[in-house]
Amino acid sequence: MRGVVQVQPTGGWNGGHTVTVTSAAKRTHDRIVVAHGGGGELMGRLIRDHLLEPLRNETLAGLTDGAVLPWSSDDVVFTTDSYVVTPIEFPGGDIGRIAVAGTVNDLCVMGAEPVALSLGLILEEGLALETLDRVMGSIRATADEAGVQVVTGDTKVIERRSDGESGLFINTAGVGRRLPNTRLGLERVAAGDVVLINGRIAEHGLAVMSVREGIEFDTKLGSDAAPLNGLVRTILDSGVNVKFMRDATRGGIAGVFADVAETAGLSVEVDEQAIPLSTTARHAAEMLGLDPLTIANEGKLVLVVAAEDADRALGLCRSHVLGKEAAIIGRVTDAQPALVELLTTAGGKRVVQRPYGEDLPRIC
Amino acid sequence: MSDRIATLREALSELCGRGGRRIQLMEVCGTHTVSIFRSGIRALLPENLRLVSGPGCPVCVTAQRHIDAAIELATQPGVILATYGDMMRVPGRSGSLEKLRGTGAAIHVINSAEKALELARANPDRAVVFLGVGFETTAPATAAVVLRAAEEGIENFTVLMCHKLVIPAMQALLEAGDVPLDGFLAPGHVSVIIGTAAYEPVAREYGRPVVVAGFEPQQVLTALVALVKQVVEQQAAVENVYTAVVSAAGNTVARELMDRVFVPEDTAWRELGVIPASGLALRSEHRRFDALRRFGLELGNDADHPLCQCGEVITGKAEPSECPAFGDECTPLNPIGPCMVSSEGTCAAWFKYNRPAVGTGGTR
Repeated sequence: MRGVVQVQPTGGWNGGHTVTVTSAAKRTHDRIVVAHGGGGELMGRLIRDHLLEPLRNETLAGLTDGAVLPWSSDDVVFTTDSYVVTPIEFPGGDIGRIAVAGTVNDLCVMGAEPVALSLGLILEEGLALETLDRVMGSIRATADEAGVQVVTGDTKVIERRSDGESGLFINTAGVGRRLPNTRLGLERVAAGDVVLINGRIAEHGLAVMSVREGIEFDTKLGSDAAPLNGLVRTILDSGVNVKFMRDATRGGIAGVFADVAETAGLSVEVDEQAIPLSTTARHAAEMLGLDPLTIANEGKLVLVVAAEDADRALGLCRSHVLGKEAAIIGRVTDAQPALVELLTTAGGKRVVQRPYGEDLPRIC
Repeated sequence: MSDRIATLREALSELCGRGGRRIQLMEVCGTHTVSIFRSGIRALLPENLRLVSGPGCPVCVTAQRHIDAAIELATQPGVILATYGDMMRVPGRSGSLEKLRGTGAAIHVINSAEKALELARANPDRAVVFLGVGFETTAPATAAVVLRAAEEGIENFTVLMCHKLVIPAMQALLEAGDVPLDGFLAPGHVSVIIGTAAYEPVAREYGRPVVVAGFEPQQVLTALVALVKQVVEQQAAVENVYTAVVSAAGNTVARELMDRVFVPEDTAWRELGVIPASGLALRSEHRRFDALRRFGLELGNDADHPLCQCGEVITGKAEPSECPAFGDECTPLNPIGPCMVSSEGTCAAWFKYNRPAVGTGGTR
């Protein structure tokens, strides 16, 4: 797919409806009602005041059915992801921040520079507009951090489904320009390669769970959600021989290791002591009966690099604000059967597998 | 590996060498089982030291008749069943709660007893049944919500009582004498409530040492050293290496709360059968909160899967690998018995953390 990318969402933010501005444009609702999705004046106001305003940019201002993006002859990378996290807001972030960071990260681990995002919002009746405003502010701030714009979008309102807090769901799709001469993929991974991580693991999952479970820890645990494209660009631009990268989200770093073992057919030997993990996170995971290796992150990157470039890659990571605590945590071997093995802090060895579903905190 | 851990390992192998014979210890609690695997300690044990898992995983010891009752309650018109997540996938005679929820039954996964009561408050026209599972760790929370329901007059709230007590199960195992046991590694969580004094009868009447420990690798190794030392020196005392958290008296407030609401009663355990005074029933003044009584139901019989060896596993009679279904018919994705379901289950720990037998390949 080359040349001009034209994004044509169904039911764009102008949705074919005229946005009428009336003198009664002052805030009349503090919560989402079904009529906010009805395509009438109320919807127009919602879109103009609460959605377009925080995201303001030239492409959106045209209120066209789709965004037109100028394109060079580079490969386009296209990805999509949906976000349904509860609670909507949690220590260190909110659904808006991970909706932008998550999609940006999917693009950049493919070796692409993010160019534009779409934003699909599904709002549940009863959602506080204040909450929506905060989420939209967070979307804008995170997009600015990543240097990317939301260029098209869509909004739907669904009826309230239960007595609990009203939800907010987001889909973001993203397009990116693949950096020339970037070749990343599990097929390039070979025995002897070195595995790095850009910082402390498990903090996003634990931060969300701490709110869900109503648990407070001595030291605040915050989500690590962050767009990683700046860090990735620093590493790729240096010419370091990076074989493969993946952001370790659901399934944690264990999931990424399993991808390597399963797809590349090689073993991964991981050194537990080298994995950056805060004391608070370690205790929190222990208390909840969870393995930090399988807990979700939203700003962590597992890199597989050629052994001779490992130290340089580590230095580059550490030079970036999102990689200050980067570490070399393992290496790829050709041991068969292909397994992920952890050399434990206690001096033992055990197998690491991807979790089977969502790991639930234990009962006792 | 820290110096402390290296020292403990040396001490352990020296003591085991001095003991000469095979020493078999039981880790009572599922959290210990998981910790021993996850930390790689299992791979470090001297050859003549064997650890067997005990009946301390609340999901695993729940008899099928209780799961069947929960399923039957959840299918009653107007009922909302509130359960801890661990119980969702445990197979009953006809499927699991998870499968039942897929057909539209109102089953809510909650993480505290208080949440179940909140559901009852929020749904006055529905009957909320709380699946009260767990040992002395979760029983006080159930007692607290029953008292609260009584005080507030919340009559649409009932509990399916499946709570169990740890000490009677240990005594039943020793009475049965099927498995030679030299001592017990006792759980930190439960001991916070019951106190180390509760284990005195086990040590005194059955001549077995009991050591209470936390769940960090160093705690576990310290406790194993203490246990083997007692075995070698033919002592049988209760020791506590988790002194920062566990006291001799335990949490008397929590126990008084349990006493106000519950009386001990005979209850059925998986495999162990009915153990006298090993469960908890609601006192007569609170019996109206008993779900079975409210809905006029009685517990049936157990009809466990013919291949399932969970009962043997939780009583130390068999290791998971000796079960004909392990890893074939029974996996975490498709469990036929509770020990494969629970994150604390012995079979799940074996499956997750052990190297697969040669020839099975992959990471399973």
